[in-house]
Order: sequence, then structure tokens, then C-alpha cells
Amino acid sequence: MDLLKRHIPIYLTATVGILTILSFFIPHPLVATPAGWLLDWAIVTVASGYVLGAANVLKVNGEDVIKQKADWPYKIVLLVSMIAMLIVGFFMSGGTHFLDEGTKFTWAYNNLYVPMQATMFSLLAFFIASAAFRAFRIRTVDAGLLAIAALIVMIGRVPVGQWLTKSLPEWAQLPVWAGWLLEWPQNAAKRGIAIGAGLGVMATGLRIILGIERNYMREDKS
Amino acid sequence: MSLGDKLEKLDRRWIFLLMGVLVLLPLLFPLKLPIAVSGPASRFYQAVENVPNGSIVVISGDFDPASAPELMPMTNSAVRHLFRKNCRIIALELWPGGPPLVDGVLHRIGNELGKKYGTDYVNLGYKSGNEVVMLAFGSTFSGTFPNDYSGTPVSKLPLMEDVDNFDGVKLLVNISAGTPGTKEWVQQAQGRYHIPMVSGSTAVQSPELYPYLQSGQLLGLLGGMAGAAEYEKSTNFLGPATKGMDAQSSAHVYIMFLILLGNVIYFSRRGAKG
Repeated sequence: MDLLKRHIPIYLTATVGILTILSFFIPHPLVATPAGWLLDWAIVTVASGYVLGAANVLKVNGEDVIKQKADWPYKIVLLVSMIAMLIVGFFMSGGTHFLDEGTKFTWAYNNLYVPMQATMFSLLAFFIASAAFRAFRIRTVDAGLLAIAALIVMIGRVPVGQWLTKSLPEWAQLPVWAGWLLEWPQNAAKRGIAIGAGLGVMATGLRIILGIERNYMREDKS
Repeated sequence: MSLGDKLEKLDRRWIFLLMGVLVLLPLLFPLKLPIAVSGPASRFYQAVENVPNGSIVVISGDFDPASAPELMPMTNSAVRHLFRKNCRIIALELWPGGPPLVDGVLHRIGNELGKKYGTDYVNLGYKSGNEVVMLAFGSTFSGTFPNDYSGTPVSKLPLMEDVDNFDGVKLLVNISAGTPGTKEWVQQAQGRYHIPMVSGSTAVQSPELYPYLQSGQLLGLLGGMAGAAEYEKSTNFLGPATKGMDAQSSAHVYIMFLILLGNVIYFSRRGAKG
């Protein structure tokens, strides 16, 4: 059992990881061909995950509806919408050509899915406005710096910033300040974070490949 | 009750209402504020301009309808700009909700400019797998996408006979709303295949991409609707992004006003309490 549960997964992980890394540096078919197979398998595995995901949505929400748990009416809407789109896509939209212009599936996408998603995202503007009034308090020097940077970037990145400061010398115009903030202080911080995160990813990757990190097997390191 | 007390307890629906009005009014009655083209947007335009006429370009539209108002204008402009240069476009999408949006843009502008599907442009559609698809796509286009968006085998599309990996591609244009998106394309494709690359992203994501711009891995960057408006100005085709900038300006001014007002009330009340 130890061989099946522990050793084979570790060797498999190490082989896949090392082969994928090698394929980055060695384009020879001996490395590139098996690495290509691995990529294909990964794509197939992820795609099959969508089927499991759909089944999971049905199971979890179906149980909640049957037991009338919290928000169960909304879950009925979710399940009905999901099943309706499946039926429209599979049986009412020309089979494999369901994505073509003029099908019922495309109609539902353009007239239901697109406006609903865009509406949800656009609501952010209203909540940001409310949060700006109620939550953004300049209690510390850090918060003050953040507020000043926000003021310059928010106004400097839109035409009103250009319009307000167009009579000033170029170096004093808000778009120039906004560009400077984005390209230098902001960039320096982001670069530092990215390098730190990159090193962390490399370290974690090596730990997994070498079998030190085994959380993916639901097992603490031994 | 003082004015500060009243304002602090203001029903937030009034804030919402004023935001709605301030966004709606400039859309109905445009102010036509001047748009200045920033460095990153100018570099995006120049990178596309520098692509030789008739080249093959890959566009990856990695977004869905939630970000469509922000990203569709720049997708439109990029496709139009490339078609005007007679570039041939291979499109793909890595977000499941987005393919019909990109497909619509390609067909609409393609028809408008007399481009033929299969010869001048191809939409390969969606493939799940995020970074893995980027890697596989770099090795072989036809192997990763054996069929196009509508199910036609890519072997039947003349454009796909001319190219099967990034060797024959002059530019990678990524329009991105998050993950997978520009960061992943830089890491998996640009870094590996050294393909010239530009990006258009949501405003909230674009600061994260500035390091890649500064390092030269990205040749240009359009940040949000403002970046799209600047690109529209550069290409001399004023579209929805330009129209939206007045509304965005008033919304930004309103949010700044709310931050300042909220703090004035906070500090005046704190001062009064001692």
C-alpha cells in the first residue's frame, strides 16, 4: 500500500515536473515529444474537470433545495438556468453548430448571459462610491499617502485631469504625475512582490518535485 | 442633528443615485474632454504599426462579458488596426465565457473590411487548461486546436497551412481580464518563444503588468477604458471608449469628492468630540 499511496505518486510527480522543466531548455524530440503528451493529458484532465464541476453543482445545490436550506429559492434559479442552457445548447441549436450566429444558444448568450454579467460587474462602481464615502478614512500617514496617490492616478488617468491642468507646465500636469507614479514607485513595489512570489513558486515547485512537500497527497511531510 | 451627522447617516441609495446620474449625463450629453495618449498606449500603437503588412498575428481574448464594456473597445480597435494593415489574425480564447464576444468582433469588422474567414482570419475558440494550453499552443497550433470555433478542422483553413507555431507569428496581442491572461502569456509564451507581445487589460489589472512593460517583455500596454480611448485616438477611429471617457471622468471626480467629504466629516466630528 505504501508503494501505491506514496512512492508511485512521488516518482510520477518528480518525473512529470523534471520532464516539463527540461522541455523548456531542451527542444530535442526525446524530451519535447513526451512533454507534449503530458500537456495533452493535462488539457484533457482539466476539461473532464468541467463535467465533474457541473455534476457537483447539481448535487450540492440539488440537496440544498430538497432540504430547503438557506437561500434555496435562488438555487432553484441556478439549477433551472443551468439545465435550460444545457437543453438549449444540446437539443435546440443545431447540434455541434450550437455556437453559430442565429442559434437559440447564441441568442441566450447575447441577450441573457452578457447583460447579466456586465450588470453584476458594473454594480461595483456604486459600491466603490459608497465605500469611498464611508470606509476610506485617512487615519495614518500611510493612508494619507495612499489617498494622495489615488487622487493623482484616478484624476490623472482620465481626460478631466488633462483638462484641469492643461495650462500648467508639462511637468506639473496630472497625467504626467499619474504616469510617473505608475511607472516608478508602483512598479518598484510590484517588481519586488513579483520577484518574491516567483522565488516562492520556484521553492514550492522544487519541494514538490523532490517529494518534500506532499500536501497534494493529503499527507504532511514525513 | 448637525449637517455632519446627517451626512454620515445618509442613505447610501442617494450615493448610488448620484453615481448613476453622473455616469448617465455625460453619455447623453458628451463633454468631449481632450484625451492625451500615454506612453504605454503609444507604445502599443507603435508595436502594431511596426508589424509588417500582411503578417500573421495571434490575438488571445481572455475575458468574459463582465469585462466586455472595458475590453471590447480595445479588441475592436486592435482587430481593425491589424486588418487595415492586411494582417492575418489567428484568435483563441482561454476564458470559457468569452469566445462569442471575440468571434463577433472578428466577423463584424472582417465583413466591414472585406476579409474572408479562413484566409484572412481564423477563430480557434476556447480550450480549457490555462497555462498548459499556452505551452501546447506554442508547440503546435493545429495540435492544440484541431478544430476551429465552429468545429471546422483547421486543416481545411488556408491560413492555418501557413503557420503552426510562433515561428511564423510577428505579434501576440493579449486582451486580458485576469488569470489566465497577460501575466501567464508573458511567462509561458513570450519568455519561452520570444514572441513580440502587447497587452490590453482591465484598469485594475494593468499596474501589475508595468514590470513586464519596463523590462521590454511587453512592447505596449492599454490599461482599461482610458487605454482603449487613447488607442482609438492613435488609430483615428473614435469609438465607444472615447465616448465613455467623459462618464469615467465624472465618476472618478465623484469618488474623489466622496473620499474627501467622508474624511472632512470624520475629522470634524472627531474634533468636536475632543
